[in-house]
Amino acid sequence: MDKLIQLGSEIASLWQKSGLQYLRGAGDTILLAVIATLAGCVIGFACGILQTIPVRQRDNAFKKTVVGIVKAIVRVYVEVFRGTPMILQAVFVYFAIPFFSNNAVRLDVTTAAYLVVSINTGAYMAETVRGGILSIDKGQTEGAKAIGMTHFQTMLFVILPQTLRNILPQIGNNLIINIKDTSVMFIIGYTELFAVHKALVGGNYLYFPSAVITMGIYLILTLTCSLLLRLMERKMDGPANFDVATTDSLAHTSGMYSFVKKRGARS
Amino acid sequence: MSILDIRHLSKSFGKHQVLTDINFSVEKGDVTSIIGASGSGKSTLLRCINLLETPSGGEILYHGENILSMKKSEAAYRARVGMVFQSFNLFYNMNVLENCVIGQTRVLRKKRKEAVETAIRFLNQVGMTPFVKAKPAQLSGGQKQRVAIARAMAMSPEVLLFDEPTSALDPEMVGEVLAVMQKLAQDGMTMLVVTHEMAFARDVSNHVVFMHEGVIREEGDPKQLFAKPQTEEMRSFLSRFREQ
Repeated sequence: MDKLIQLGSEIASLWQKSGLQYLRGAGDTILLAVIATLAGCVIGFACGILQTIPVRQRDNAFKKTVVGIVKAIVRVYVEVFRGTPMILQAVFVYFAIPFFSNNAVRLDVTTAAYLVVSINTGAYMAETVRGGILSIDKGQTEGAKAIGMTHFQTMLFVILPQTLRNILPQIGNNLIINIKDTSVMFIIGYTELFAVHKALVGGNYLYFPSAVITMGIYLILTLTCSLLLRLMERKMDGPANFDVATTDSLAHTSGMYSFVKKRGARS
Repeated sequence: MSILDIRHLSKSFGKHQVLTDINFSVEKGDVTSIIGASGSGKSTLLRCINLLETPSGGEILYHGENILSMKKSEAAYRARVGMVFQSFNLFYNMNVLENCVIGQTRVLRKKRKEAVETAIRFLNQVGMTPFVKAKPAQLSGGQKQRVAIARAMAMSPEVLLFDEPTSALDPEMVGEVLAVMQKLAQDGMTMLVVTHEMAFARDVSNHVVFMHEGVIREEGDPKQLFAKPQTEEMRSFLSRFREQ
C-alpha cells in the first residue's frame, strides 16, 4: 500500500512538472500515426489496384509485359518492407540516403519518420486491399462490366467502396499498431511520446512512474481511435431501416420484404 | 441487317469443349429463348456474346462488325448490349436509385437530373419506385431482379440478354419477374433469354434455340418446335417438363 501511495505521489509530481512535454510527445505520436496511416492507405489502395489488373489472353504483348513488370515491382516492395523491422528501415532512410548521395540528399528527422512509417504501412495495406478486393463477389465486377464500365470505373465506383467498408477494421488495426510502433522512431531522434519518456527518465530516474504515465497516454490514444473507427463503420453502414411509400404492386405477397430491425433492438 | 449475327462460335475451357460451331442471328424486336438442359452451354453462349467469356473461335457480328477484332473498347459495346444475371449482381454499396443512375452518368455521361428521370421511369415500369432508397440487401429476390432489369433498361440498350433470370428465385417470385419481361417483349424490346421457363419460351418468344451438349440441335418458331420436336434430344428434354 505504501508503495502505491508513493508511486501515486511520484506520478502526480512528475505530471505537474513535465505533463506538457508528455502531451506534446503524444501530439507528435498521434499526428505521425494518423498521417502515416492515411498515406499508407493511399499507397495500399494504389498497389492493391495495380496487383488486381486483369490480364487476358487477348491483350497485346506490350500491355502484358508492362502489367507484369509493375506487378513484380509492387510484389518486391511489399515483401521487402513487410519483411524487415521498421526500426532498421528508419536507420536506412535516415543515414543511408545521405551516405550514398554524399550528403546531397539529407532528410530531416520528421520527414524521414513520416516517410518510413507511411511506406511501411503501405506495404501492409497493399496486402489488405488486395485481400479486400478479392473478397468482393465476382458478380459485382460482372454487373459493372455489363453496363459498360471500364476496369477503372468498376474499381472506383463499385469494388473499392465495398472493399473500404470491409477492410475498415484492418485499417483501424494498422492505425493502432502505428500509434504504438512509431515509438521506434526514437532511433533517429524523432521526439514522440516514447522518446519524451526516455529523455525524462534519463534525467530524473523515475522510470516506473514515467512508464505508467506513458502507458496511460498510449491507452487513451488507442481507445479513442477504436471508438472513432467504430462510429465511422456505423456511419458507412447507413441506416438499418428504410421508408417505403406504398406497397409493392407487382409482388403478390406484398409485405414479403423485411423491415430490418434497428441495430441492437431485440426481437 | 441483323443486330447480332453469331457465326461458327466455339468456346472451350482448357480441353473441355463447351460450345461447338454455334450459328444464329438476332433481328430487331426478336425475343429469342435459349433452352436446354443444365450444362448444355446456354449460359456460356450468353456470356460469350457479352464478352464476359472470350470465345475460342468464330465471330460475333454486331451490326456487321466483328466485336472480337474490334479496335474500339468492349466497354462501349457492352453499354449497348444489356445483361440481366441469375444472381442479380446489383451494386451492394448503392441504393436502388443509384444502381440505375450510375451507368447513365458515368458511362453514357448523361446529366444527373436526366439520368434520375430515366431511372425513375424504368423503376416505375417494374413497380419498384417505392423502394428507390432501399439497399439491395433489403429487397426480396424478385424485387432485386426487377431492379436489375430496370438498371439494364436505363442504359437504353439495343439488345437485352437474360441469363436464367428466374432460376435463383423462390417460386412465388418468378411470376413478377416474368410479367415484367413479358411487358418488355410486348413493347418491342429485342431480347435473348436463357431460361428454364418453358411457358415463357413457348408463349412469349418468337424464336427458340434448343441446345444440347454445346451444339444447337433445333431452332425455329416456338409453336412448331414445341408441338413437333424433330430430334430425340429435344423430345426427351421436353418430356421431363410434361411429367411435372
